Amino acid sequence: MKVLVPVKRVVDFNVKVRVKADQSGVDLANVKMSMNPFDEIAVEAAVKLKEAGKASEVVIVSIGPQQAQDTIRTALAMGGDRGILVKTETDAEPLAVAKLLKAICEAEKPDLVICGKQAIDSDANQTGQMLAALMGWGQGTFAHSLELADGSATVAREIDGGLQTVKLKLPAVVTTDLRLNEPRYASLPNIMKAKKKPIDEKSPVDLGVDIAPKLKVRQVSEPKGRAGGVKVKTVAELVDKLVEAGVLK
Amino acid sequence: MTALVIAEHDNTALNDATAKTVTAAAAVSTPVHVLVAGENCAAVADAAAKIAGVEKVLLADNTLYARQLAEPMEALILSVAGNYDAILAPATTTGKNILPRVAAKLDVPQISEIIAVVSPDTFERPIYAGNAVETVQAASAKKIITVRTTAFKAAAAGGNAAVETIAAAADPGLSSFVEETLSKSERPELTSAKIVISGGRGLGSAENFHLLDKIADRLGAAVGASRAAVDAGYVPNDFQVGQTGKAVAPDLYLAIGISGAIQHLAGMKDSRVIAAINKDPEAPIFSIADIGLVEDLFKAIPELNDELEKRGLGRKA
Repeated sequence: MKVLVPVKRVVDFNVKVRVKADQSGVDLANVKMSMNPFDEIAVEAAVKLKEAGKASEVVIVSIGPQQAQDTIRTALAMGGDRGILVKTETDAEPLAVAKLLKAICEAEKPDLVICGKQAIDSDANQTGQMLAALMGWGQGTFAHSLELADGSATVAREIDGGLQTVKLKLPAVVTTDLRLNEPRYASLPNIMKAKKKPIDEKSPVDLGVDIAPKLKVRQVSEPKGRAGGVKVKTVAELVDKLVEAGVLK
Repeated sequence: MTALVIAEHDNTALNDATAKTVTAAAAVSTPVHVLVAGENCAAVADAAAKIAGVEKVLLADNTLYARQLAEPMEALILSVAGNYDAILAPATTTGKNILPRVAAKLDVPQISEIIAVVSPDTFERPIYAGNAVETVQAASAKKIITVRTTAFKAAAAGGNAAVETIAAAADPGLSSFVEETLSKSERPELTSAKIVISGGRGLGSAENFHLLDKIADRLGAAVGASRAAVDAGYVPNDFQVGQTGKAVAPDLYLAIGISGAIQHLAGMKDSRVIAAINKDPEAPIFSIADIGLVEDLFKAIPELNDELEKRGLGRKA
């Protein structure tokens, strides 16, 4: 069976971004970019399925600028078989990304799509669910564990109250949560090998999808600031301050 | 026209995330209807009918909705979507699971985790782990929105809405429920507690994490954790506060042994008062804490408990 893994190139999770002075967005000039951490978990899950003999091919897709090819190479170095880059000039909104992925799913016919649950830049948490809906597939979001057997996927999901396990008819979409696995680091030989793996390039026009944004970003601003307060020396002083602030009675 | 709020509940009790979402909904479109989908959940519908500002409650009581799985919920919401120009759900794991499917099928964008309604078509939402706030305007005729409930006050009680039973939609037959393992706790829920006491990797083990219990019980506080503590297996995933876990905004957030990675701060920096205990004076948590104590937590926790007891603060444990 074939597994498709969409990956996104985002600001590295260690970077604290700054809002641009003109409030048009955040400043991404000379900022370190990496694969979205949840997508790394998705790649790892797919590669593990291949290693366990449950998946035959792992296809990596990225939608973004030319540099998103580096993100695909990283996923190929982790064990993906081939890549597809859908080149876009502007940031595509989750619904547009889901439509592009739908077009790719129709061509590639994967049995399973594993996505990160959210990208750490836009924090939208939508694309996997939208893709599942557009394909008429089931979904296992926020996956904590994933088992495949007899044409179905069993997914334990991280929900607000604990864990919920659902069984999905395949094909289906699974989105990853943090505890699904710990992504591997690619070895040097695998990084070298990944350079020879094929990456197809497509455009939204090739796929027949209009990616013009539907939402208008009016402004991007700094969040309300919060400065550090006082340091106290003892637990008793700490309690004094909390009583003073009216939060302990 | 009318806004529809998807109720958050467990078939027995209505979660107060619903009343908070009603507040956001009323700023987008009025009147407000609430959809209660579940199994044997008539009591929940009655509770929703008592929220002020709710004009009508739609009740879909069917085995199909017992666990509110995304696929049947999508079909149900789509069956009534034509009557509404805004559909909102709290940004809980249930709301986040269901609503993007509805948006995709309606071919409109979803606006995730709004923290303010600027005008009926313009919203504020955090991006980049809360390091920036985006103001977005949606031109679509239908607005599909998830709501960060800590940013909105609960609509008051005092409503008297009619409850209308609606038919179940066809079962898409894509998914089935297997089991649920829910954390049982007598303590208040993390996202609505007035006091949250959270532990980090500094606690060192699952056993040590229970050191927080005494203080939590005394203060009637919920217990939370950093990702590091959850990843290390000290506590289950539902304790996690942060960018990808739960967002909390209690009156008091007490961070113990938490260094304060930006991903953690994203989930708690809107708390009214933040106090931190950490032995590392350079820990980033101190840069946002109103009150900081540099101290070994194994010394500080028992002292704190004694101090609270001595002064008769909190419940008598």
